[in-house]
Amino acid sequence: METRKFRRVYVWELPVRFFHWINVLSIIILAVTGFIIADPPAILSNKEASDFYWFGTVRFIHFATAYVFFFNMILRIYWSFVGNKFSSWRAFWPFSKKMWHNFLHVIKVDVFLANEKKPDIRDISIGHNSVAAFSYVMLFLLALVQVFTGFGLYSSTASWWLPKMFSWVVPFLGGDFIVRTIHHTTTWLFILFTLIHVYLVFYHDWLEGRGEVSSMFGGYKFVCDERLKKLEEEKEIEKPVDKEELEIIE
Amino acid sequence: MATEKSVKETYYESIIKQGYSRRDFMKFATYIAAYMGLETSMIGQVAKSLENTYRIPVIWEHYQECTCCSESFIRSDHPIVSDIILDKISLDYTLTLMAASGHQAEAAKQATMDKYKGEYILCVEGSVPLGDDGNYCCIAGRSAKDLLIEAAEGAKAIIAWGSCASNGCVQAAYPNPTEATPIHKIIKNKPIIRVPGCPPIGEVMAGIIVHMITFGRLPELDGLGRPKAFYSKRVHDSCYRRPYYDAGLFAETFDDQNAKDGYCLYKVGCRGPMTYNSCGTIKWNNGVSYPIQSGHGCIGCSEEDFWDNGPFYERLTGLAGFGIESTADTIGKVAAGVVAGGLAVHAVAANISKRKELRSRTDRGKQNEKKLDS
Repeated sequence: METRKFRRVYVWELPVRFFHWINVLSIIILAVTGFIIADPPAILSNKEASDFYWFGTVRFIHFATAYVFFFNMILRIYWSFVGNKFSSWRAFWPFSKKMWHNFLHVIKVDVFLANEKKPDIRDISIGHNSVAAFSYVMLFLLALVQVFTGFGLYSSTASWWLPKMFSWVVPFLGGDFIVRTIHHTTTWLFILFTLIHVYLVFYHDWLEGRGEVSSMFGGYKFVCDERLKKLEEEKEIEKPVDKEELEIIE
Repeated sequence: MATEKSVKETYYESIIKQGYSRRDFMKFATYIAAYMGLETSMIGQVAKSLENTYRIPVIWEHYQECTCCSESFIRSDHPIVSDIILDKISLDYTLTLMAASGHQAEAAKQATMDKYKGEYILCVEGSVPLGDDGNYCCIAGRSAKDLLIEAAEGAKAIIAWGSCASNGCVQAAYPNPTEATPIHKIIKNKPIIRVPGCPPIGEVMAGIIVHMITFGRLPELDGLGRPKAFYSKRVHDSCYRRPYYDAGLFAETFDDQNAKDGYCLYKVGCRGPMTYNSCGTIKWNNGVSYPIQSGHGCIGCSEEDFWDNGPFYERLTGLAGFGIESTADTIGKVAAGVVAGGLAVHAVAANISKRKELRSRTDRGKQNEKKLDS
């Protein structure tokens, strides 16, 4: 049986991993507190209102987390200009020929589960595959929708200039009704994204065994030698492999 | 403002002639300044302006409406408002309240438009139907659209009274059979003050007019063209039940103990958190009460499309295109279920379709494991 050598490649740098997990946490907190704010649970108590402030606290957590979510997003945008090629904005740019070639490949092989007779080694993605990259662009747009509608709703009670910058959103869309509905509906789109995203990470990890899941913790993925050689030939990456790196033989 | 001093009186002169005392006048100046959100030091300026300003001619048009704006205005808190500003001196044309009728009335309007071109204020109550050549609303044989464009031509500014003129209100609700259209969508070249509400609060209406008299210009407006002094806060932000909201104490139904205890009506559909108006502070009927104080949630009458954003007694509004009863949550739950089901099917299909790939990988893995053992 042929032997295949896998090499460890550093794909996700520390700031990217931090961004990812802060983003995960803030989305979970925002969604949970958001749904509580939309439909608060019935609390039965004979205490006076002055003894409670739990709903105010939930709202505070929602607003505070919104800032974390927002600034985390800003830092990720910054990193897309200074980080490695896998986190660069170019990796998300959907208008190149190569991107579309890979996009169709992923749709065919991973979404519709077709088997290729002669797999092209270049179809193996190291960072994001094109469909994943596209889904993150979509998620970024959804995040923008949430930022604009959220701060827009918040602006009339805010005293800081940052949320006040979004005070045009509510008049622009016609009123709080519609802005609230958009804000609430988009949360569901985040949930749908999360379902698909987590499933596909497990799918790739299970099928390819290249450390898809653990890469977002340690930052490394495993890529077979042939693919890396192809890359070197095409000079896509200059120094893909640390020669002293651990080699895993499959 | 006005040109012929000999014929006209100032507001103050009219007020005194009407039988009010100087003391009544000062009381009026004081509270209207408070409603307008002015400092106490500005009361003098309000009084002085009313003493020195000649009346501004006003044409008050009624189109698709129910006259509740006029009703609200003449019932505002102090009789001076209705007596002086509306009833006696200012109004050159208003179908509902003027003595003249028929040709006389139209002639009076024409005379005002000619004589005070560029000076008069056009108040519009009601929306304008554009469907079927505007035939759904005709006055003196002419369509509302025609009349509006003619009257707006020489107006100094336009005040769009109420939700009809500001947003279209009930008659513009889906499917809007008459194509009821708010004023700002028809007239683009004049300053327009939108005063939404069904009706707007009488004191708000008086405050806006007094502001224009006192300062000779429009009040400060927000992004939607509403006076900031009255529409910059949500009803929710000034609601006396707000502490219950922050404490998380809500009425679950209209007949439960929580409702009797006066808890927040958020969960039974109160639109206070989405509605910009002064109901919580100025209140209605001389400050007696307002809907939430009477135990009914706000229905958001001063917001655009409030009629379509139902049901009134539920927190979440229905989503257009998915049926009235389906909220974002029902659709979201169904969508999440469908996606989860689809992913489960995909997972099974993946294991079947890619079985060779998986098997070869598993085999190689097992062989490596054996090598390690030996």
